[in-house]
Amino acid sequence: MFADYSAAELTSIFAMQGFAGLSLFSVFVLMALGLAIIFGQMGVINMAHGEFMILGAYVTWLTSGFFSSHLPGLFAAYFPVAILLAFLASALLGGAVEWLLIRHLYKRPLDTLLATWGLSLILQQAYRSIFGAREVGVRMPDWMMGSYAITDMIEVPINGLFVMGISLLTALGVYLLMYRSTWGRKVRAVVQNRPMAGAVGINTQQVDRVTFALGCGIAGIAGSAFTMIGSTGPTAGQLYIVDTFLVVVFGGAQSLLGTIASAFTISQAQSTMEFFLSGSMAKVYTLLVVVGILMVRPQGLFASRIRH
Amino acid sequence: MSITQNTPRRWGRWLALPALALASTLSHAAVPPTSEVNTTGLAVTDTTVKVGILHSITGTMAISETGSVQAEKLAIEQINAAGGVLGRQIEYIQEDGASDWPTFAEKSRKLLINDKVAAVFGCWTSASRKAVLPIFEQYNGMLYYPTFYEGLEQSPNVIYTGQEATQQIIAGIDWVVREKGAESFYLLGSDYIWPRTSNKIARAHIESLGLEVVGEDYYPLGHTQFNSVINRIRLKKPDVIYAIVVGGSNVAFYRQLQAAGFDLTQESPLLLTISVTEDEILGIGGQNIEGAYAAMKYFQSLDNPNNEAFVEAFKERWGDDIVIGDVTQAAYLGPWLWKAAVEKAGSFDIDKIREASPGIELTTAPEGYVRIHENHHLWSKTRVGRAMDNGQYEVVFETDELMEPDPFPEM
Repeated sequence: MFADYSAAELTSIFAMQGFAGLSLFSVFVLMALGLAIIFGQMGVINMAHGEFMILGAYVTWLTSGFFSSHLPGLFAAYFPVAILLAFLASALLGGAVEWLLIRHLYKRPLDTLLATWGLSLILQQAYRSIFGAREVGVRMPDWMMGSYAITDMIEVPINGLFVMGISLLTALGVYLLMYRSTWGRKVRAVVQNRPMAGAVGINTQQVDRVTFALGCGIAGIAGSAFTMIGSTGPTAGQLYIVDTFLVVVFGGAQSLLGTIASAFTISQAQSTMEFFLSGSMAKVYTLLVVVGILMVRPQGLFASRIRH
Repeated sequence: MSITQNTPRRWGRWLALPALALASTLSHAAVPPTSEVNTTGLAVTDTTVKVGILHSITGTMAISETGSVQAEKLAIEQINAAGGVLGRQIEYIQEDGASDWPTFAEKSRKLLINDKVAAVFGCWTSASRKAVLPIFEQYNGMLYYPTFYEGLEQSPNVIYTGQEATQQIIAGIDWVVREKGAESFYLLGSDYIWPRTSNKIARAHIESLGLEVVGEDYYPLGHTQFNSVINRIRLKKPDVIYAIVVGGSNVAFYRQLQAAGFDLTQESPLLLTISVTEDEILGIGGQNIEGAYAAMKYFQSLDNPNNEAFVEAFKERWGDDIVIGDVTQAAYLGPWLWKAAVEKAGSFDIDKIREASPGIELTTAPEGYVRIHENHHLWSKTRVGRAMDNGQYEVVFETDELMEPDPFPEM
């Protein structure tokens, strides 16, 4: 298929294709991190993860509306504010959900699956009632539109760069929190041995609540970032949930490093295959490979050894 | 049997029509008796007639179907305000298909068997229509279906008020070839029956013109990452991207295309779609799709008195910031076409409506003049619009003649 093209054209296409893979990677990381924290550290499968993302997206939409009508001069700078608000809104809702629902179900993991699935339906209908059934379009400031031309042929999407930046910062933040802070040490202690952690004076209930809220908050950041590349509607969260679970399960549920490695593998495989095959077949092959690997290695790519 | 019995009476009433019209302005005594206009036990009384509205108001499809529900209710209210149908006020029973095809089937059964509605306005996706079709045929109901769709169907129990694929596709491609000198096409779509069938028709037409299809790709519904296919398009350098992406994927596709440096206003390549109405642009954002072309039969910006009145009434009823897309307008035609058929037949009986429907014309349609074809689809014009930053289309072309519906094209 490449015989008709010049070397320069091919080089630039492959460069852009590499960038497409990286940008898919950062999307995967961003959507999977929040779920990985909740699933990995607490063992709760949050089926409403997509809806927490969409809450972030709606907060971003509201923020852009507020800025364009009340602070038009600052419209160019609304996005960081929107991300922060999205994080706070999703984290608050997450904390409330943990307190009302999840904490009563820690000993019944299958029921959390059902409960969070029900929650996702409730949230979808709530968004539909509050914001309307139609999708909303989030208007971007001009500087975030378009692409940055490196050469005549190579153009790098600015929103792709932006999503990468947010992913990187979020991953770094999570790493610092989990492995370099007192709070992270407490979380890891609770994961390794809950009764013992309680015995040495760690408030395990509080740790659970904050962990869940943090996971949801990160989903909010992801939703906010995805308003640049995808749709914002009551059920848009469902578009991401399958890929998110795929990344987390493939990576090994208890390992954040595994999540990142898995996001990298899947995104590169998918974006390369999409270039050579049609979109639907690329998806089929990606899923086949993942299923094959999970059959040989059911614990996922990286599994940390822990005692239950 | 009932048809032969009633034929002489119907002729009598046709002759008496001018007199009746005069009489009904003076009093309501001229309303024909129920026993005469309803011989099959439908929910018709001396003063009312029940119809069904069956769309998804919850679930994924609520995004699209909300506009259709609004249009159908508006049409019913307007008909009632003007005196109803055969002197009877229309009462609607609304059911929620909940974006779930078995639910559509169950609700249509309920509407036809329990409620005995005289007509149903509803469905949006082909999957939901296929789910209710056997029920409408078994219990002899009449469905007015508003969506543009892939064709390959012609049921005696459905009136298709949207365009079938050839009406939308052929005029659009002819226009882009004639006006823009397009020679190569890249076909793209979501992976299900409508985009696949439509692209098959498009490919056959493009190749029959001696032009080239340089790529054809399908992505799963809900796909959100289009960067790889955008790179392929860049490599193939088509004159036209022919895009039939739907739903949430639409937003992702246009935003990513824009971000990848494709400025659609430059028209190199030019983008032609048959799946983006004003409703979808709300989600995509005008700034991301400005300059793209769409081929369909209706745009909100159509400049004619019918449409002006329709848009004004629609906004007054449903709010100023609302937009009206192609399917919404087609849904609005449903109740009016049904009213015209009932009045022509002089009866609510389904068999008589079916017999009366071909040839029914509406001169008051917002899209302009339409007429029902023998094959239950509409003769209608096809237009090409250019998307603007404000989320509206500017109409740049309209066919001189009505396009004949051809649900079973030879390929």
